[in-house]
Amino acid sequence: MSEPITLTVNGRSHTVDADPATPLLDVLRNHLGLKGSRYGCGLERCGACKVLIDGEPCFSCSREVGTLAGRAVVTVEGLGTVDAPHPLQQAFIDEQAGQCGYCLSGILIAAKALLDRNPDPTRAEVAAALEPHLCRCGSHPRILRAVLAAAARLRAGSA
Amino acid sequence: MAELAHSLRDNPRLDRWLRFEADRTVRVATGKVELGQGILTALAQIAAEELDLDLGQVRIMSGNSVEGPGEGYTSSSWSIEHSGAAIRLVAAEVRAMAIERAALRLNAAPDEIAVAAGAFLRNGEPSGIDYWTIAPELDLSVEASGTVAPKPASAHRIVGTSVPRLDLPAKLAGAGFIHDMELPGMLHARTLRQPGRDARLVSLNEAAIRRKAGAPIEIVRVGQFVAFAGGDETAVRRAAVAAEACAVWENARTLRPEQATAAWVAAQPSHDRLIGDAFTDGIPARVSARFTRPFLSHGSIAPSCALALFGDGRLTVWSHAQGMHPLSANIAKTVDLPPDRVACHHVQGGGCYGHNGADDAALDAALVAMALPGRPIRLFWRREEEFACEPLSSAMTVAVHAVLDAAGRPVDWTTEIWSAAHGQRPGVGGATLLAAEALETPPPPRKPFDVPEERGGGATRNGIPLYAVGPKRIDFHLVHDVPVRTSSLRGLGATLNVFAIEALVDDLAARVEQDPLAYRLSILPDPRARHVLERAAVMAGWPRRGAGGDGRGMGLGLARYKNTAAYAAVVAAVEVEEAVRVTDVWCAVDAGLVINPDGLANQVEGNIVQAVSWTLIEEVRFGETGVASTDWASYPVIRFSDIPEIRVELVDAREHPPLGVGECAGGPAAAAVGNAVAHALGQRIHDMPMTRERIVSALMG
Repeated sequence: MSEPITLTVNGRSHTVDADPATPLLDVLRNHLGLKGSRYGCGLERCGACKVLIDGEPCFSCSREVGTLAGRAVVTVEGLGTVDAPHPLQQAFIDEQAGQCGYCLSGILIAAKALLDRNPDPTRAEVAAALEPHLCRCGSHPRILRAVLAAAARLRAGSA
Repeated sequence: MAELAHSLRDNPRLDRWLRFEADRTVRVATGKVELGQGILTALAQIAAEELDLDLGQVRIMSGNSVEGPGEGYTSSSWSIEHSGAAIRLVAAEVRAMAIERAALRLNAAPDEIAVAAGAFLRNGEPSGIDYWTIAPELDLSVEASGTVAPKPASAHRIVGTSVPRLDLPAKLAGAGFIHDMELPGMLHARTLRQPGRDARLVSLNEAAIRRKAGAPIEIVRVGQFVAFAGGDETAVRRAAVAAEACAVWENARTLRPEQATAAWVAAQPSHDRLIGDAFTDGIPARVSARFTRPFLSHGSIAPSCALALFGDGRLTVWSHAQGMHPLSANIAKTVDLPPDRVACHHVQGGGCYGHNGADDAALDAALVAMALPGRPIRLFWRREEEFACEPLSSAMTVAVHAVLDAAGRPVDWTTEIWSAAHGQRPGVGGATLLAAEALETPPPPRKPFDVPEERGGGATRNGIPLYAVGPKRIDFHLVHDVPVRTSSLRGLGATLNVFAIEALVDDLAARVEQDPLAYRLSILPDPRARHVLERAAVMAGWPRRGAGGDGRGMGLGLARYKNTAAYAAVVAAVEVEEAVRVTDVWCAVDAGLVINPDGLANQVEGNIVQAVSWTLIEEVRFGETGVASTDWASYPVIRFSDIPEIRVELVDAREHPPLGVGECAGGPAAAAVGNAVAHALGQRIHDMPMTRERIVSALMG
C-alpha cells in the first residue's frame, strides 16, 4: 500500500514511502523525525498537531499525507531553534508563556499564520485565532501577551 | 520543619542529593519531578544560592529511582517545602564542609573564605582553588547533620528572582517530551482496555485486527490485558481503534448516567467520620446551604505515555508519573520482580494536575516489554482512553451549617461532606495500577481510604474555615462504592469546600447587611489572611463593586491551602446574561519566602484559569459502558476567548518559610466566581458547573 510521496517540509523536499492514508502527523514524527508536532486528540479538537500547509494552519493529525504531494508544510521546527528562535518563540520565552509546553507547538503555528495575514491584531483577534487550541495549564493570558508582543516586534522590525 | 526532617531521614546521605561532576558542574538530585510547574528551575535556584554557584553550574537530576532520593509523589504542593528544604540544608552543609577544607589548604580561617561561581575567594581575592579542586577530599557519603544554617533571605541573590524556566526554550522549539523519546529498535504500543475489573475476554478476532492494522503487529495478551505493538505507529493505532469491535467481553461493567451526579454519590452508603470539634449539645437553629460539583477529568492535553525495556531479568521504565520511587515499587510488586530489578526514570510529559493515567501507562508499557523481551516499547494512550480510564476527581456534595449569635456572626460551624476518595494513588490505601486488575491474580479490592488529615486531607481538604466561628468540625461521609476510580485532582476537596464556605460567609454577611469584605475581616483573626484579603480588595477596587443584581457582579474568595500552605485571596468580576463571563480576576498571594516570583505567578494564573473552567464548564458524563465524555467536544474546557484578565500580586513575606503555592488559588477563584455570579444575579447558584442551563433555570425562578 505504500508509495513514494514527495512534499516540502520546512523548506526541504522529502520523499517518504508511506500509505497515502497515513496521517501527516505520523509522517512528520516517525518518517521525518520532526517530533515538534504533537498528538493530542486525533480529532482536530485540541490543536497540538497544527502545522502550516501552503501557509494555512491545518490539523496534521487527520490530514492524509497522500493529499500533500507538492505542498509546502511548515512545522514548529521550521520557525526557529533554541539558538536562533523566531520572534514568536522569543516572545514566548520573554513572557514565560507556557507551563508544560505541550500545546505550544500548535499555538506558535497558529500565531504565525495570524501574524502573516494580520500584523497588528487586537487581543480579541489573537484569542479568536487561537480558539481551536487548548491549553490545560492555563497559560492563556501569557500566550495572548506573547503573541501581541511578537507582533509589535515584527512590525518594528519590518518598519 | 518536621516534614524536612522526614525528607532527609529517608535519604540521609549527602551524596544522594549532591555530587561534584568532572565537567565542573554540580549534580543536584531530587525525587520531585517537573510537571509543567517549573519546580526544577526553582530547585536549581535554591542549590545555586546556597552553594554560591552560577545557575548554569547546577544540573538537576530528577526522578531517578536508582540513584536519586526517594521523595514519594510530586503532589500536594509539597515540593518546595520538602525537596527545596532538603536541598537547601544539604547544599549549605556541603558548602561549609568545602570551605573548611579550602581554609586548611590555604592556611586561612574559614571566615576569610568566600565562594563565587564555585571558586573560593580569600579575603575577596581569587585563591586558585574551587569546589572541584576540593571535591576529592570531601566525604559526601556521610549523613546530613542538618546543623548548618542556610543563608538568611537578606543574603539571597538568586532565590527570589524570576529566573526564566530552564526547560521552556527546548519545548518552544518542539522538543523535550517523553512522547518524543526514541530507543533503538523501539516498537509503538497501544492497549485495548478491560471494561471493568471483573470483565473477562471471551474472544478476540485477532485476524480482523491484523487486517485493519495493515502492517505487521504483535498482539500481547496477559490475563485480561491486551496490547498491540509494532514498528509502524499508524498501524498499531489502527489496530487499537479496530480492536474494540473485535473483542467480546463477559461481565463488563455497566454504568448509568445518574451515577455521575453528586446527588447519586451522596445517596450511597458511607463511612462516616467527625474531624475537629465535637458537636455541641442542643444546637439551636442553624443556617445551612448545600453545594455540589460533578466528577472532573484532569484533561491533560498530552495523553499518558511510557517507555519500557525488559532484558536479563531487569525492567527499565521511563515515565512522566509523579514519583519514580513509588512507581518502581508498584510495578515490581505487580509484575513480581525483585524491587532492585525495576528502575524508573522520569521524563517530562504534558501538564499534570494530579493522579492521571501516567502511572497506569507505565505498567502497561512494562507488561508489553516483558512479553517482548529485548524490544524497547513506547506505549501511548489514546485520547479517549485518557478520558475514560484515568482516575477522576470525585463528584461532591458539601453542606455548610452555621449557628449565629445575635449580631449574625457564626458561633458554631459544621462542614458536611459527601464524596468518594480524592487520594487513591497506587500503593496507598490498597490502590493499585490499572492493569493489575487485568492480571491472572488481580489484587484484592481496595478498602475505604482517603488522604489523611495530617497530609492535608482528601475530600476534607480546606473543610475547616480560617474564620473565628466558634467550635468547627467536618462531618465527613466517605463514599466507597462508586463505579469509577477516583483520585487526586489539583486542590482535591478544597475546590468545593472553599466554594461552599465562602458562599455561606457571603450569605451570612448579606443577612446582616454587611459588605462581604468587612464581614470577613470581622471574623478573621489570622493577620496574613487579612493582609491578602485586603490587598486583593485594593487591587480590584472593591469599593466600586456596586449593588449587584444587574447582571454585573464582583465576588471574593479566600483560603490558606490545606490551612498550612500558601494564602490566596481572589476577587472575580463577572458579567452574566444567560451565560457567565468572567472578565477580570485579581489575586493576592502570601507564599512566605518566594523562590521564583514569576514562576509562582504563572502557577497561580494557571490555577485560576483551571478553576474558572471547572466552575463554569466542566462535567464528566457516564454512559452505559463507562465514561461517556471521552473527547474535547463532550468534555469542553475553557478556550482563549473566555480568558479573563488576571492580575496576581505576591505579598512580601520573605521572613516566613516558603509555602507550597501550586494549588492555592483554585478554591478561592472558584469561590470568587460563585460569589460574583450570586452578586450579579441577586441569587445564588449552588451547583457547579454554573452552565447556561442552570443560570436560565435560576432566572426563571
